[in-house]
Amino acid sequence: MEFAELLGHIRAALPGAVLEEHPEAFSPWILVARAQLPALALLLRDDPALDFAQLMCLSGTHLPASASESDRLASIFHLFSPRHRHKLGVKVVLDSADPACPSVAGVWPTADWHEREAYDLLGIVYEGHPDLRRILCPDDWEGHPLRKDYVTPATYNGMPLD
Amino acid sequence: MDNHELFIQGSRVPDRGPDGDLMTLNMGPQHPSTHGVLRLELLTDGEEVASIRPHIGYLHRCFEKHCEKLTPPQIVPYTDRMDYLASMNNNLGFAVACERMLGLQVPEKVEYLRVVVAELNRIASHLVAIGTCGLDLGALTPYFFCFRDREMILDFFEEICGARLLYNYIWVGGLSHDFPEGMDDKILRFCDYFEARIDNELNPLLSFNKIFIGRNAGIGVVSAEQAWAFGLSGPSLRGSGVAFDLRRDDPYSIYDRFQWKVCVGEGLVGQLGDSWDRYWVKVLEMKESLSIIRQALAARPKDGDVREAVPGRVKLPVGELYCRTETPRGELGYYIVSGGGNLPERVKVRAPAFSNLCIIDEISRGALISDVVAILGSLDIVLGEIDR
Amino acid sequence: MTELMQTFWFWAPFSAVVIAIVVTVNALLSVYMERKVSAWMQDRLGPMENGPHGILQTVIDAVKLLLKEDIIARGIDRPLFKLAPYIVFGASFAIFAVTPFADGHPAADLNVGIFFALAISAFVVAGIMMAGWSSNNKWSLYGAMRSVAQAVSYEVPISLVVLAVVMVSGSMSMQEICVSQAGGFWNWHGLSLHHNPFLVLGFLIYFIASLAEVNRTPFDLPEAESELVGGYHTEYSGMRFALFFLSEYANMLAVGMLATVLFLGGWQPLHPALGFIPGPLWLFGKAYGFVLLQMWIRMTLPRLRVDQLMHVCWKVLVPAAMGVLVLGGLWELLIG
Repeated sequence: MEFAELLGHIRAALPGAVLEEHPEAFSPWILVARAQLPALALLLRDDPALDFAQLMCLSGTHLPASASESDRLASIFHLFSPRHRHKLGVKVVLDSADPACPSVAGVWPTADWHEREAYDLLGIVYEGHPDLRRILCPDDWEGHPLRKDYVTPATYNGMPLD
Repeated sequence: MDNHELFIQGSRVPDRGPDGDLMTLNMGPQHPSTHGVLRLELLTDGEEVASIRPHIGYLHRCFEKHCEKLTPPQIVPYTDRMDYLASMNNNLGFAVACERMLGLQVPEKVEYLRVVVAELNRIASHLVAIGTCGLDLGALTPYFFCFRDREMILDFFEEICGARLLYNYIWVGGLSHDFPEGMDDKILRFCDYFEARIDNELNPLLSFNKIFIGRNAGIGVVSAEQAWAFGLSGPSLRGSGVAFDLRRDDPYSIYDRFQWKVCVGEGLVGQLGDSWDRYWVKVLEMKESLSIIRQALAARPKDGDVREAVPGRVKLPVGELYCRTETPRGELGYYIVSGGGNLPERVKVRAPAFSNLCIIDEISRGALISDVVAILGSLDIVLGEIDR
Repeated sequence: MTELMQTFWFWAPFSAVVIAIVVTVNALLSVYMERKVSAWMQDRLGPMENGPHGILQTVIDAVKLLLKEDIIARGIDRPLFKLAPYIVFGASFAIFAVTPFADGHPAADLNVGIFFALAISAFVVAGIMMAGWSSNNKWSLYGAMRSVAQAVSYEVPISLVVLAVVMVSGSMSMQEICVSQAGGFWNWHGLSLHHNPFLVLGFLIYFIASLAEVNRTPFDLPEAESELVGGYHTEYSGMRFALFFLSEYANMLAVGMLATVLFLGGWQPLHPALGFIPGPLWLFGKAYGFVLLQMWIRMTLPRLRVDQLMHVCWKVLVPAAMGVLVLGGLWELLIG
């Protein structure tokens, strides 16, 4: 299915879920309302016409405050359907004051570790995740390294870091 | 809370066993079969494993943070250091991603040479995987045979670009060096030599060894649905019988020009999707890679400058791209966000081994400790890529 | 009886010294042999740096082990931990006491020699269990438990096959067993198809089971380094580790010698015409042939899993050994 068709299908099934569409991007993506994400994830996976069986990648990004926008975090889900061979990017933008995003680990088990990584490096809190712990950094690490305003701490447990 | 308490707390395994009579066994980070610094926390009932909790991150360097301070050509050597067994493929993935964003067309010759080195590196990487898979099960000799043949490939790479492990060879828009004189013949001779080695040495000694089959058949079975759901890719996905290879199904570079077969597991000796199938797919793939190398060397243009199309300054246009390529371990994805400046705003790497490893708890429950070693060997992980 | 005692006590100190030298030299030789044999099989050179063709490498390693710090970690049961290597070493040392090196070698002439050898080799297990338990390390414990399960299981087929040999030879003295195979290689139990063909099968069973008895591949589970790190000797270092090492190689030679005595005529020459070559050379030659075979197998085969190991023992080797015993006995009674 082409991006426009996909979008039409999703809009018909879940009205109001898609806030923005970006067909012009290198990898076309849609912006989704946070509250609608769990329903949308199930639709994307289970609808035979969509059938996104593979979550290729789950990334988090930090979008620093600009003139027009406040400080935000984004969680991007890149999906692929092995049967229909179509791809879709799904993005959720969160305010960094309230970085809570619904977890999709129950829909695609591979999201488990990817969500832990995004939590670890960016501080996105995936609600409903079975075991949200740091994964790459030590459990007692301070801060989230991939945030643009991250400052490397001077010491870690008394050891100088430099 | 001091460090020790934290360590204990971090390692507490939720009691998922049938009763409280289970023992926690710490496998790694210093263990001979964890293929690097991986720590597995096994909850065991005698020799039987009730659950596994993997702990990763011992090699974490925050590659993605580095990328925010580097221009794309500077990032290429960093990609070498992720999957250090298949650096060419990592270079290639990043170069392809950047070229797609730039809309850059690279010369024909470069495309062919890229395919040759990528496939050679695939063979080298599979040789390590196969050798260590046998070594984990106590087969010492195949390991040395595999490494002997891998050395030859590394010698080629040394001759081509001066490095044996971390090449920085495939640049955005080109290559760092052309093939030296006579390299094609050497590689072709190696292909003939190596094909015979697979049939006459590796298969009788390891692949079809009764004990090796007994140790791997029916162990760590992954169904096709599970494989997709857990994000498995590469030989681990194809071992479950799914004929899906990005070189064919999401083509990049010039892979669509070659005749080759996507190898899948068939449950030849045990169950479909077991450790042996994942192993066997790698053996078959090495042969397909040889075939691709032969075709590419036969068709490649001889003349031309490999640095011809290398841009003086790589400035990625505004936008975001998720680009995936097939490395020996599976789907290597680069998610690049650019704001139009010299530096990318975000580079996220979807490492194949990272996703492949996350299934280990699911498929190891009820297996023996010895089976966990076999499963880990067949999943073929590289911690440099998992931890980044 | 008094005569035997007199000769035994007269010879015992000499034998002890000789055996001590044999065991030590054997370890140096076997380690070098294993390195070179494995290297040649694997397309490598093996040690080449120290001395011509690396011949001094094992000596240097031995010195290194002697000089290494003897680490005893916290939480270890010290008395057991320290005692274990000596028990293991002592047990493998003692097997040589009853091995007849040559015709009329009296120290070995114990009338229950083979029984003694089997009993004392079972003692190794006690030492391994002590090592594994006292190390306070889960990997060591796993190794020890595996080792006990394995050694106890594989003693059954070994004993049954040995019983068949004893039955045919009519003696439990190892010297007598050797003598009963005189007259050339066609009279050796392991090769004499015309005397008692079932012993040939027994030879095969003994060889397989003996691999398990000395923890060699494909039955090297107790010290499977890729699974159990180092098995029961994970926590040992320095001289104590060296003792385990020494006894492992002593055991390899010991089972080779037992196999030689039981099935290949011991010190008997290949053909009576070759009798001018001294007996010990024949014995050691054949025994090292077995050691070489063990190394060859190690370099060829992967390792079994613990359930497969038990399967091989109880469902294959034990019934087969039973068959050897019963059918071999019937053959002896009716035809032999």
